[in-house]
Amino acid sequence: MKEVLRLGILELKEAYRRRELNPIEVTEAYLQWIKEIDPVIEAYITLDEEGALKAAEEAARRFHEGEASYLTGIPLAVKDNICTKGLLTTCASRILSNFVPPYDATVVERLRRQGAIILGKTNLDEFAMGSSTENSAFKLTRNPWDLKRTPGGSSGGSAAAVSAWECVVSLGSDTGGSIRQPAAFCGVVGLKPTYGRVSRYGLVAFASSLDQIGPLARSVEDCALLFEAISGHDPKDSTSLPIPQEEGLLEGIRGDPKGLRIGIPKEYFVQGLDEEVKERVLDLAALLEGLGLHVEEISLPHTEYAVATYYIICTSEASSNLARYDGVKYGLRVEGKDLMDMYMETRSKGFGPEVKRRIMLGTFALSAGYYDQYYYKASQVRTLIKRDFEQAFERCDLILTPTSPTPAFLLGEKVEDPLQMYLSDIFTIPANLAGLPALSIPCGLSKDGLPIGAQLIGRPCDERTILKVARAYQEASGLKLYPPVLDRLDSKR
Amino acid sequence: MKITVEQVEYVARLSRLKLSEEEKLRFTDQLDSILRYMEKLNELDTTGVVPTFQVIPEVNVLREDLVQRPFSREEIMGNAPSSEEGYYKVPRVI
Repeated sequence: MKEVLRLGILELKEAYRRRELNPIEVTEAYLQWIKEIDPVIEAYITLDEEGALKAAEEAARRFHEGEASYLTGIPLAVKDNICTKGLLTTCASRILSNFVPPYDATVVERLRRQGAIILGKTNLDEFAMGSSTENSAFKLTRNPWDLKRTPGGSSGGSAAAVSAWECVVSLGSDTGGSIRQPAAFCGVVGLKPTYGRVSRYGLVAFASSLDQIGPLARSVEDCALLFEAISGHDPKDSTSLPIPQEEGLLEGIRGDPKGLRIGIPKEYFVQGLDEEVKERVLDLAALLEGLGLHVEEISLPHTEYAVATYYIICTSEASSNLARYDGVKYGLRVEGKDLMDMYMETRSKGFGPEVKRRIMLGTFALSAGYYDQYYYKASQVRTLIKRDFEQAFERCDLILTPTSPTPAFLLGEKVEDPLQMYLSDIFTIPANLAGLPALSIPCGLSKDGLPIGAQLIGRPCDERTILKVARAYQEASGLKLYPPVLDRLDSKR
Repeated sequence: MKITVEQVEYVARLSRLKLSEEEKLRFTDQLDSILRYMEKLNELDTTGVVPTFQVIPEVNVLREDLVQRPFSREEIMGNAPSSEEGYYKVPRVI
């Protein structure tokens, strides 16, 4: 079993093509391992055994008929805020605990069309609001590297599932770091694409000008292949960029990155940054220099304003987006003495504390008398943050930073102090505000054995350069990370 | 500016949320410290800076007016907590 679960997309495809393995036995191996290990990790909210095996049979047929593509027969997981037709989609919220979407999100439709196998739906912070997955209404996901620690969030279930080999790859969503930070905490690769590069149709909206769906994987190649499969214009999303799907990305990222210019922003290496995180990221920079890339210090002067800007904008957008949960059209209803009372009872019992907090913050920031001071002001500062990047990209091709100021923190450590939790997103938020593509790649372990992630930020729609440099680093470093929880696999046949 | 319990009650009402007394006090403290942190933005002079509401070019997206298969009423209403004869049912309004 261990040998089967270890395989990446390209290896699985080759094994399928040679008839050494078939999608049904691989899917069965994943389901068996999930049943064994997920009671410990709790990455999945819903497991779709029946649907997965049906998709596996269909994938086997495709291989037989020779019409397979990269993702045919690949078992993967989908964050539970992405709609799957006929399969529960809860957003880890009581208010959607019974919601079965009548349609597939565009990304899911594209994966199904390619013959991918959806194993199930993964845990998250309720409505993707959080940085530790502790805000889930249903369960606590644990970090496969240390079960006392958070997997990060909000895509904590998707990151933990990839890390603990409970799927080959997964989909997450990233509004302020929700793919990259859990990827860093769990020692996997995670990409937030350029805003508009991947359709948001069917992604349950949190903050519409920031949300983006993206891949998590154990290798840069797998990350690139999943990104390619979901990218491209979608007429169902009016903010989708009018650019076709990526093509030939796998070949494109295999080139030599020599000569590329990497900028390291000095504002990211300040107090609050863990010393080991700093060292590992600078080691990565040194390795890239050894490969013939140019590394230089740059400045992104408005970095310190990003957290305040982000938490005004995202809560404002959230307060508007979440107004739709009223107990009428779908989801939970709690009866009240009249219509207004029914709305209020439903929302009060349906939303958890962090979601309420953000709805209230956003409502305040947009309310009469405060709009100019908060929302408008933050939108102006957003322009300044975006300009910082535009100026930096005149001098460099990519920006290298830590993904998170620290490795994974303990479960319970920050959950009582929302502001401290918000501040942990400081390095990932700016890319969302500016709409830029950004990737987190593992760059080593701390002395406590926790993964550390480095972030590469690129120009709009230049995921290719990011993936190329990440791949060159992955190959040159030879870094392969296996969380201790995988030891339990050794006893398996 | 200090956030008061009255302001929290007002915002909760706008948000269609009912808060317990304990929640009101906790949210008052938390919103106060978060909003205090956000005042950091006032350090910046943004006079004349054009705001960014959306990072992609803001244009109207139009398409051909083609007939497509819509969702059936049953598919859409299937998730409704209460419905009757193709209508959503809510508590009496009038």
